[in-house]
Amino acid sequence: MYNFDFVRPTTVDEAVKALGDEEAQALGGGQTLIPTLKQRLASPSKLVSLTGIADMQGVSKSGDSVVIGGGTTHRVVAEEAAGAYPGLAALAGRIGDPAVRNRGTIGGSLANNDPSACYPAAALGSGATIVTNTREIAADDYFQGMFTTALEEGEIITEVRFPIPKKSHYAKIAQPASRFPLVAVFVAQYSDGVRVAVTGASNNGVFRWSEAEAALSDNFATDALDGLTLPSDDMIGDLHGTAQYRAHLVGVMTKRAVAAAS
Amino acid sequence: MTQVSMTVNGKQASGDVEGRTLLVQFLRDAQGLTGSHVGCDTSQCGACVVHVDGQAVKACTMLALEAEGAQVSTIEGQANADGSLNVIQQAFQDHHGLQCGFCTPGMVMSAAALLKDNPKPTEADVRDYLEGNICRCTGYHNIVKAILAASGQDVSAIAAE
Amino acid sequence: MPKDGGIGASSKRREDIRFLTGEGNYTDDINLRGQAYVFFLRSDIAHGTINSIDTSAAEGMPGVVKVFTAADFEGVGSIPCGWQVTDKHGEVMQEPAHPVLASGKVRHVGEPMAAVVAETLEQARDAAEAIEVDISELPAVVDMKNALKPDAPKVHDDLKSNLCYDWGFVEENKAAVEDAFQKAAHVTTLELRNNRLVANPMEPRVAVGDFARGTGDHTLYTTSQNPHVIRLLMGAFVLGIPEHKLRVVAPDVGGGFGTKIFHYQEEAFVTFAAKACNRPIKWTSSRTEAFMSDAHGRDHVTTIQLALDAENNFTALRTDTHANMGAYLSTFAPSVPTWLHGTLMAGNYRTPLIYVNVKAVFTNTVPVDAYRGAGRPEATFQLERVIDKAAIELGVDAVALRRQNFITEFPYATPVAVEYDTGDYVATMDKLTEIADLAGFDARRKESEARGKLRGLGVNCYIEACGIAPSKLVGQLGARAGLFESATVRVNATGGLVVMTGSHSHGQGHETSFAQVVASMIGIDENMIEIVHGDTANTPMGMGTYGSRSIAVGGSAMVRATEKIIAKAKKIASHLLEASESDIELKDGAFSVAGTDKSVAWGDVTLAAYVPHNYPLDDIEPGLEETAFYDPSNFTYPSGAYACEVEVDRDTGQVTIERFAAADDFGNIINPMIVSGQVHGGIAQGIGQALLENCAYDENGQLLSASYMDYAMPRAYDMPFFNVDHSCQTPCTHNPLGVKGCGEAGAIGSPPAVVGAVVDALRSAGKDVTHIDMPLSPSRVWAAMQ
Repeated sequence: MYNFDFVRPTTVDEAVKALGDEEAQALGGGQTLIPTLKQRLASPSKLVSLTGIADMQGVSKSGDSVVIGGGTTHRVVAEEAAGAYPGLAALAGRIGDPAVRNRGTIGGSLANNDPSACYPAAALGSGATIVTNTREIAADDYFQGMFTTALEEGEIITEVRFPIPKKSHYAKIAQPASRFPLVAVFVAQYSDGVRVAVTGASNNGVFRWSEAEAALSDNFATDALDGLTLPSDDMIGDLHGTAQYRAHLVGVMTKRAVAAAS
Repeated sequence: MTQVSMTVNGKQASGDVEGRTLLVQFLRDAQGLTGSHVGCDTSQCGACVVHVDGQAVKACTMLALEAEGAQVSTIEGQANADGSLNVIQQAFQDHHGLQCGFCTPGMVMSAAALLKDNPKPTEADVRDYLEGNICRCTGYHNIVKAILAASGQDVSAIAAE
Repeated sequence: MPKDGGIGASSKRREDIRFLTGEGNYTDDINLRGQAYVFFLRSDIAHGTINSIDTSAAEGMPGVVKVFTAADFEGVGSIPCGWQVTDKHGEVMQEPAHPVLASGKVRHVGEPMAAVVAETLEQARDAAEAIEVDISELPAVVDMKNALKPDAPKVHDDLKSNLCYDWGFVEENKAAVEDAFQKAAHVTTLELRNNRLVANPMEPRVAVGDFARGTGDHTLYTTSQNPHVIRLLMGAFVLGIPEHKLRVVAPDVGGGFGTKIFHYQEEAFVTFAAKACNRPIKWTSSRTEAFMSDAHGRDHVTTIQLALDAENNFTALRTDTHANMGAYLSTFAPSVPTWLHGTLMAGNYRTPLIYVNVKAVFTNTVPVDAYRGAGRPEATFQLERVIDKAAIELGVDAVALRRQNFITEFPYATPVAVEYDTGDYVATMDKLTEIADLAGFDARRKESEARGKLRGLGVNCYIEACGIAPSKLVGQLGARAGLFESATVRVNATGGLVVMTGSHSHGQGHETSFAQVVASMIGIDENMIEIVHGDTANTPMGMGTYGSRSIAVGGSAMVRATEKIIAKAKKIASHLLEASESDIELKDGAFSVAGTDKSVAWGDVTLAAYVPHNYPLDDIEPGLEETAFYDPSNFTYPSGAYACEVEVDRDTGQVTIERFAAADDFGNIINPMIVSGQVHGGIAQGIGQALLENCAYDENGQLLSASYMDYAMPRAYDMPFFNVDHSCQTPCTHNPLGVKGCGEAGAIGSPPAVVGAVVDALRSAGKDVTHIDMPLSPSRVWAAMQ
């Protein structure tokens, strides 16, 4: 790693101020950023840890939504969102491994927007609202392609609001080495329709499968998906699977998510 | 350099570190606690697992400064007060849950975290929980068996030899 | 029956205490006063001409002690190759120089070009980024068949081509083999790839060099399976340091699996640089570095053909293999596809005529050498897979076809130069049939199908030649080393023993099992015996641990030394008991006179040896310490039968291992618990090869699987509980313990069973599939179903 200064503010305001310095970078749980720094792929002058900010911690229910502080770990979401939004809690409980879940945060995951991360599928699939220190961003506007988001420099995800669906499920097939999703699909049924978000598959990062959403909104059953296929043009093709295979898996995982939704 | 202070295995530990100093480096190099190992650089092998404030974390993927004020426990602090092996360590020896020993500290620390959360895990629970701990020697057979045994479950039906 | 101790007991491992409490002493735990750190600047291109390396900016960076390039190594020798293969035309292999730091050209991604020594590792790395290397990239050769084309770029400009050797075995059989194929009633042909693997011991390699100006003594601490071999190779061939001025220490080593046998440049570097900088130098590999600097394994492309007569008897076998050597010849690389592979092609079967052709090829990839099994997994895989394919083509039961062709009489001289001393392949197959409940498979398949899953069964046999090896024989075959083993047994005055062995334990539990052997021989408690290994300063010259040789060869040396101890102790006892030496019996740690109640305890005899007041000084010397060197007369031949059951997800191609059973014949067994553990680990590596692991390069020689993000390591949930049995025991006839070795069996026997099971599952769904290349990733299995 290149060396950097380290600060751990206790309020959002302090963090925003600290991030105002040139080449400062926010540090969530560090489960992606620290390995990246080890490879010397980034060279921040200062890391601003967000884990000391009490206001960014925890899971609460507000009306028809679950509200999760941006600094909340996957473990806490898995435990504390289980009652209100079991599909989301189950997703959080299967990110990485237990030690990663004890450190990794929802804000960190969404800010990074790895094309194979789990949380972007939940956020997009739930039509979540990403709340920052300056504004609220709809998930549909937030994800802008692989490792790219609507966040501005120094902007901090303070909380994420997930509308609670009637039913939901996240179906994942793991890449054999990293155990990140090779393809995973989050399906959520709301009273005004069904959302289907796909991660791991596309060169453009997480995306909604609109044809499947339309079919499932009419008939929330696996056979509604029969005959639906995705083109493989934009799919990732690598050591672990061809683009054709990933396109195929999107269909399989969507069906499995629908079948298991509760 | 910045001063960092934490409690490691019940004792105060402090020292000057850089921003980039990893917790595992602080433990190994500054504290001489070389039981936590580094087996990869992508946060996957789990040889460095320690507990920070009671939770299992990968000490290679946490900065020393992030552990300021924390209660840290490592493999060196696991044995009973008289120096004898604790229940999990003893089960690993009894069931041959280790060979070269390099992954073992992380395995024991992960097992301890698992059994704290889930005192009577199933075989599948144990295997799932070890996703972040890689062993190249044992094929996991005797590790899983040892953890089930440490939880007080009867493992006599599991093929032994 | 479990025993309380000694040979045959599942004694708990004494080494576990330190490993379980964080008190192991691995090389990276060693920090010497005044130590500096080295970072190697490694090539990020596969093939190129180095025009210049400018280190001037780096030299001025904070903390930098010295920057090294190839120019600093003039007069230093080449990293040696320990085995010279002679090809089918009688010519010796092409053998390129292998510099410590790249000289003139880089030949694989990861080859070290320069090295920065600095006060801290991060400073060294900072400075390495300031080194300016001007390289002209050259086209890389990656695919072996392309590398042999006449117009292919040459990895080594001073060699004739990229062909290291073209080996034929047994050349005299070739015409008869051709003839047998002409006359065959059926010929089965199978083309396959044995995927390139990375050994991945969990402890990355580490080397710490130290030099004492006052005495001129060098010390190297290194993660090695064979410190004496490193001392000999590095001292004699690279750095010109005589053995008495060079100590090599391999302390606790966190797994080896072959890749820590070899002498590597980094070891030579830190030893050399410690003197040049006059301070200790430490190198710790990162995992990413390990992927591009540890010798890889396997990487064979083979066409195998099996000829059968009208009664389905095997009549001939021929193979054509391309074996990847990588860019340089690693220590034992040339032996792996030849003598460790061709000699095993008979397997468990009476095939009278065999011809093996191997072309070893240089490519712009990391050197390839022995990985758990080394040549034998490649031989077993192709043989067992072609038998499965033949059974499919002939419409016969694959197990019955194997049984029909089993070797049943021993000793058995194969047509590929080795003689199996003992074995009982029918017994291991019978045992497997029982423990794997093969009779219940159909019911289990129906149950799986009811859940929408495909289920398949794969069954195969294996044989390996291990306990390597007779020095005279391997010398004739091209080894540049002997393959004996050694032990010194030192008995202390109060009766405790220290056994110093040339073997090295890096997970195998020698400290426990070796003590069990000596305890049994003398009849004393295991805890009275300490096993010392890993330091050339206090162990006799030994060749180390690989090839499942430690108990068969190292254990035999220890037995011989202990026999000498007992013989001398009996002389002392006869003096103390005033009886004839021939009447002295040793039992349960006491010497007695046959037919009397006169006896003297072990401890009294050992005390007399060091306090020789009443002692036969006219006949024997005081003291009780003996050394033995043991050179075996043959390899040992463990064998077994393995069965794997898988389920395949029709929609995703995902394979899960549902059951795995192994029935092995390892001859006599010292510690059943440890033997089972060795088999478990081997099976997991075999399953890893079959389903998960793949070291892949792109066409430009870029390593695609350079970390655990892309190289799939087996996890706990990829594995079932294994059902292993080693009750079938045909003891080895030519070593004193009757042992055969068990370290590699699991990795050799399991891959064909896994692949066979997946093929069987797909065939149960009507898919016309006879083979799928490893690893059987979900993507590949799904593609095979389309």
